[in-house]
Amino acid sequence: MLAYVLRRAAYGVLVVLGVLLLLFVLFFQIASPDDVARRALGEKALPEVIEQWKANHGYDRPLWPWQDFSNNMLFEHYRSMLTFDFGRSDADDVVITERLRQGVGPSLALTLPLFVAGISVGIVLSLFVAFFRETYIDRVGVWLCVLGMSVSILLYIMGGQLVIAQWLRWFPISGFDPDPSVVGRFLALPLVIAVLSGVGGDVRFYRTVFLEETNRDYVRTARAKGAGEIRIMARHVLRNALIPILTRVVVAIPFLFMGSLLLESFFGIPGLGSITVDAINGNDFSTLRTMVFIGALLFIVGQIATDVSYALVDPRVRFS
Amino acid sequence: MEPHVISNVVVVLVLLAGFGIAAFVRRNRMWNDALRELWRRRPVAIVVVAIYAGVALLDSAAWMGGVESGEDVVAAHEAKSVLDRLFLGTQEKSYSAPFADAEFYGGADLAHPGSHPFGTDILGRDVLYLTLKGARVALLIGGLTSLIAIPLALLLGVSAGYFGGRLDDAVFFLISTLASIPGLLLLIALIMVMGQSTFSVCIALGVTSWVGLSRVTRGETLKLRELDYVKAARALGVSQLRILVRHILPNLMHLVIITFVLMFSGLVLSEAILSWLGIGVDGSWGQMIDQARDELTRSPIIWWNILASGTALFGLLLAVNFVGDALRDILDPRTLRDQP
Repeated sequence: MLAYVLRRAAYGVLVVLGVLLLLFVLFFQIASPDDVARRALGEKALPEVIEQWKANHGYDRPLWPWQDFSNNMLFEHYRSMLTFDFGRSDADDVVITERLRQGVGPSLALTLPLFVAGISVGIVLSLFVAFFRETYIDRVGVWLCVLGMSVSILLYIMGGQLVIAQWLRWFPISGFDPDPSVVGRFLALPLVIAVLSGVGGDVRFYRTVFLEETNRDYVRTARAKGAGEIRIMARHVLRNALIPILTRVVVAIPFLFMGSLLLESFFGIPGLGSITVDAINGNDFSTLRTMVFIGALLFIVGQIATDVSYALVDPRVRFS
Repeated sequence: MEPHVISNVVVVLVLLAGFGIAAFVRRNRMWNDALRELWRRRPVAIVVVAIYAGVALLDSAAWMGGVESGEDVVAAHEAKSVLDRLFLGTQEKSYSAPFADAEFYGGADLAHPGSHPFGTDILGRDVLYLTLKGARVALLIGGLTSLIAIPLALLLGVSAGYFGGRLDDAVFFLISTLASIPGLLLLIALIMVMGQSTFSVCIALGVTSWVGLSRVTRGETLKLRELDYVKAARALGVSQLRILVRHILPNLMHLVIITFVLMFSGLVLSEAILSWLGIGVDGSWGQMIDQARDELTRSPIIWWNILASGTALFGLLLAVNFVGDALRDILDPRTLRDQP
C-alpha cells in the first residue's frame, strides 16, 4: 500500500513539474517578457522604458539555463512557484500571495454551499428519475436535462439577475459583505443560478450511473427476496453507485478554492475568480500564471487523494 | 490571399467533402444503416442542424461588386456574402424594437419601418442579420477546432496505444499534464499569450479538447491491437502502417465522431464565456449576449438582442446534443456510456 501511495505521489510531482514547464513555455517563450512589457506599456513604448519595466518586474534575465546557468528565468520560475513565493502582480505591484489570501474566504463562502447543494439536488433528482426509469417521467426528465445543458451559463446569470433581482427584488443584484448575518442575502441568488445551470449535466451523469447499477445481479436478488423498490434504490443502488459519484465529486473539491470565474465577477464577490478575471482584463500575466498553477496543483492533489482512497477501498487497484 | 477567397475555397471544400462522405456512406453498409437509424430517430434535430449549416454556407460564399454605392460608399468595395446581400439596405441609426416604426429611444422615424423582425442593435444593424451571421462563427469554431484537435488526438492516441513502451509513457505524461490544468484556465492562458484572434481561440480550444479524445482512442487502440484480426494481419506480414490505417483507424471512427459531436456544444459554450471575458471570436453569439449586459440595465430594457442570440445558440446546441446522444446510442452502446 505504501509503495502504491509513494509511486502515485512521485508521478504527481512529475506532473507538477511538467505543468510548470508548460506554463514557462506559454508565459515566457510564447509571450516573451518584451511582449508582456509592451502590452503593459503600450505598443509605442521606448526600448529603454521596456528594459526598465522588465528590470523592475524581474523579467530581465535570460530565459533558459543553457543561456546562463546560474541566472535564468526558468529556474527562477520553478523556484518561485514551488516555494509559493509568487512575487508581485504585473499590473499593480500588489504581492500576489496577499491578494490570494484575501480572496480565498469569499470564494469558499460561495463554493462550499454550492458544492453541497449541487450534489444533493443532483443526486436526489437523479434517484427520482432513475426510480421511474423507462416511463414518461424519466423521458421528460432526460429531455429537461438536455434542454438545461444547451443554455449558456451567461443566459442563466443574466436572466436570473434581471428577473429575480431587478424585477422581483428578492435579492440584491450583486455585492458582498463578509458579515455572516447578511452574507446569505448576497450569496442566495448566485447559488440558485449555479445549481440550476449545473443540474442538467449532473442529473444525466448520475442517472446513467444509477441505471448501470440497477441492472446488476444484486438488485435482482434484493427484489427476489422481497425488498421494495424504494428500499432497493435508497439502500442498495445508492450505496454501490457512490464510488463513481465520489470520483466525480472528489476531483471537484480542489476547485472550491478557485471560486467561480463567472459567478464571482457577475455578482461582485471579491474571491479568486474575480482576481482571475481582473488579471485577464488587466493583462496581468504574473497573477494569471499563478492562478493556473494553483488550479493545476489543487487538481493533481485531488486526483492523488482520489486514487489513494480508491486503492484503500479496492485492493485490485494496488496491484494493477 | 484575401479573406473572402479563402472563405469561398472553404465552401467548395466543405461541399466536396459532403458529397464524398455521402458517396462513401451509400456504399458502406454499417454507416448507411447507422445514418438511416439516426434520421429515423431525430429528423427534426437533423433538419435544424442542416438549416444552421446552410445559413453558415450562405454567409461564407462572398464576392466583390454588384453593390450600388448609395448610402454606404465603402460597402461597394468590400466582399459581400450572399447573406450580406440579402440584408443590404436594412441599416438604421439606433435601437428599434421588433417590427417597430420608430426608434426605441427618442422615437425618430426609421428608414425601413416595420422591416426588422428582431429589431435593431445599438448601431442600427438588423438583429436577425447579426444572429444569422453568428451561425457561421459557431460552426467555424466547431469545425476549425476539430480540424486541429482530431488529427492530433488520433496521431498521438493511436500511436501511443499501438506501439506502447516509451512512446506511450510520453504521450500519457503529456495527457496527464494537460488534463491536470483546469480547462477554462488553460484556455484563457493560451489565448492571452497568443493574443486574441479567431485562429488563436480555435487553437486554444483544440489544445484543450484533444486530450479527452486522445484518451479514448488510446484506450480503444490498446484493446483493438490484441484482437485476432490484427494479430492475423501481423502474422501475415502486413506493414505496421497498413495495419494502423486499414484495421485500427476505421474501428475508431465512430468514437471520433461521437466524441466530436458531443464536444461541439462544449466548444460553443466555452466560446460564449470567452466572449464575455473579452477574448472571444468577433461576431459570435457569445459576443451579442455579452453586449446585452449593458442593454439589460437600461430602462426600458433592450431585450430582443439577447433573446435572438440566446435562442439561436440554444437551438443549435439543443439540436446537436440530441443528434449526439442518438449517435452514441446507435454507434456505440457501451464504451462511451459512462462519460458525462
